[in-house]
Amino acid sequence: MKPGSLAKNPSVLTFLLVLAVFTLGVTVLSDAYGSGLISTSMVKTLGKTLCLCLIAIAMDLIWGYTGILSLGHFAFFGLGGYMVGMWLMFARTRDIVLSSAGGALPMTPQELSDAIATQIFGVVGTSELPAVWAFAGSLPAQLALVVLVPGILAFVFGWLAFHSRVTGVYLSILTQAMTLALSLYLFQNDSGLRGNNGLSGLQNIPGLEAAGQDALSVWFLWASALALALGYMLASFIVSGKFGSVIRGIRDDEARVRFLGYSVESYKLFVFTLTAVIAAIAGALYYPQAGIINPAEMAPIASIYLAVWVAIGGRGRLYGAVVGAAFVSLVSTWFTGGRVPDLNLGFYTIKWVDWWSVLLGLSFVLVTLFAPKGLAGLVDLAQGLRSPRRGGTPLGPDDGALQEREAVE
Amino acid sequence: MNHLLEVSGISVSFDGFRAINNLSFSIGTAELRAIIGPNGAGKTTFMDIVTGKTRPDEGRVIWGEKSTNLLKLNEAKIARAGIGRKFQRPTVFEDQSVAENLMMALKANRAPWKVLFWRPAPADHARVAALAEQVGLGDSLERKSGELSHGQKQWLEIGMLLAQEPRLLLVDEPAAGMTLAEREQTTALLVDLARSRAVVVVEHDMDFVRRLGCKVTVLHEGSVLAEGSLDHVTSNPKVIEVYLGR
Ligand SMILES: Nc1ncnc2c1ncn2[C@@H]1O[C@H](COP(=O)(O)OP(=O)(O)OP(=O)(O)O)[C@@H](O)[C@H]1O
Ligand SMILES: [Mg+2]
Repeated sequence: MKPGSLAKNPSVLTFLLVLAVFTLGVTVLSDAYGSGLISTSMVKTLGKTLCLCLIAIAMDLIWGYTGILSLGHFAFFGLGGYMVGMWLMFARTRDIVLSSAGGALPMTPQELSDAIATQIFGVVGTSELPAVWAFAGSLPAQLALVVLVPGILAFVFGWLAFHSRVTGVYLSILTQAMTLALSLYLFQNDSGLRGNNGLSGLQNIPGLEAAGQDALSVWFLWASALALALGYMLASFIVSGKFGSVIRGIRDDEARVRFLGYSVESYKLFVFTLTAVIAAIAGALYYPQAGIINPAEMAPIASIYLAVWVAIGGRGRLYGAVVGAAFVSLVSTWFTGGRVPDLNLGFYTIKWVDWWSVLLGLSFVLVTLFAPKGLAGLVDLAQGLRSPRRGGTPLGPDDGALQEREAVE
Repeated sequence: MNHLLEVSGISVSFDGFRAINNLSFSIGTAELRAIIGPNGAGKTTFMDIVTGKTRPDEGRVIWGEKSTNLLKLNEAKIARAGIGRKFQRPTVFEDQSVAENLMMALKANRAPWKVLFWRPAPADHARVAALAEQVGLGDSLERKSGELSHGQKQWLEIGMLLAQEPRLLLVDEPAAGMTLAEREQTTALLVDLARSRAVVVVEHDMDFVRRLGCKVTVLHEGSVLAEGSLDHVTSNPKVIEVYLGR
């Protein structure tokens, strides 16, 4: 990004500043590098939240800006997690196998691979390394797969969907079907990814055991903050120029964009694939902090939550998505963590663990109906910006003409 | 033969209803043509076919020196080949400023990768400002186009059409919602444009068509009823019966 475009986007600078202060603040309050006021598990929660903010940016690009309500981005997030998780699990198991073999004769590669496979796949009743684990021993290869697997899946799916001109709610249903199919597939024991057991022990980073979880958690917080900062800058670069105009045009009237000579399908495919990759990177950073990934994480409901975060935060602007994801996911952790006192109404006791999703659904409906700009609308309010009130009958013969009351003002 | 666009024998049906019926039409490289006809005659549908929005059931649409078959191209490719279109209802991107609307329409590479890294040069800003000036929106560049009046939106859309620098302009009822003065300005602009490119204007307003002073094609029930000068077609008894007589 050129300095000129940064200056034109003060919100980017503000965002980076807030993020830097936050990261620094958490660091000096952490167990590993500071006063210890923030526990290691809290640092992990905050680091994970940053990853959720990153996928919210991806969702805002595809939904808020391009107008495609994708209910599949959490599938890409999960795939990213699986790809990095495979290396984490494989490499750690290899270390364990090697050290438990101790001073015995060195194992042949085949023996080693069999021993690792027995360890990892014992729970699903196999002891053979599935073909999808072919590269699991190599960190660079698995990191490349973090980008490639979701990227290629999104590209192929998007190509088929966009070129057959599936739009609107049908496209949302299609993305949801893809997500459901993927998670159902992964639930199977013979999918090669340990079925509903998922991958676990991901918080232990092979080679970094000496560092300890309290330091690791802070390192991952930094990495997540860096990824979020880069993602934010990339997204604001994309939406600031003519490309941003074109995708917002596609959201509002895609036929008109076609008649201007833009290939709407290519633009949609570009944004869909790019945001899938961003989601996957967010997932790859999230799951080592969460420690475990299983197919339930990729169930369609997760992608719906993502849409809810972005809607509550305010779609169509990047900081809205970030604020929504951070706010709603933290509040949700608080409510579902069972630490909120039950509300006794006399005749009924509201247990927040159960009622939280109802509350969330209700706020989603209310925001959609009464505050379509979401939490980010508060910023406008603070700056004294108000969209013109539109009332009365149109002055012109068509929709969108100046309305009577506006004209009087 | 010096035809820019040649449409021959096209037909299209919607649920059994023949909106276009064996229609043939052609226009030269720098020609102004008016199309008139009663409501539902198929004027807009004709434009839909040329611009790729609707596929005809039969017939051919041939474009340019290389005789490209337009029926094989999608909307975006047809637009890039040099056909610009103004819709019956003004369609501009209401959420974006006048400048952004014009910038998007400005002739340039349309590939996503190129557009992503494209940043306006001073010449592009100047061109946008000049276009806005030309359509009377010189001091509204930063306004959201959703705030414009109906007539101003019509003008903005014409400005976007000019920014594309098309070789053929298809203009659907440009004068709707305009004042008399604006109509006269529009006629002058269209006549001027037709000196260097082909322009097809659909219009109901006879005075407007008269001021264009060009060849007129009368459509009725999806095919050409008469063609020639305005006086020639308006004295045609069939035209009087279906259109003017009512
Ligand atoms: N997509 C469609 N589906 C069904 N019928 C259609 C469709 N498009 C057009 N028609 C029908 O085709 C006929 C021709 O419509 P068209 O819009 O081309 O008329 P027009 O000459 O532009 O009329 P107007 O002067 O009212 O704009 C009309 O009867 C219309 O109802
Ligand atoms: Mg029409």
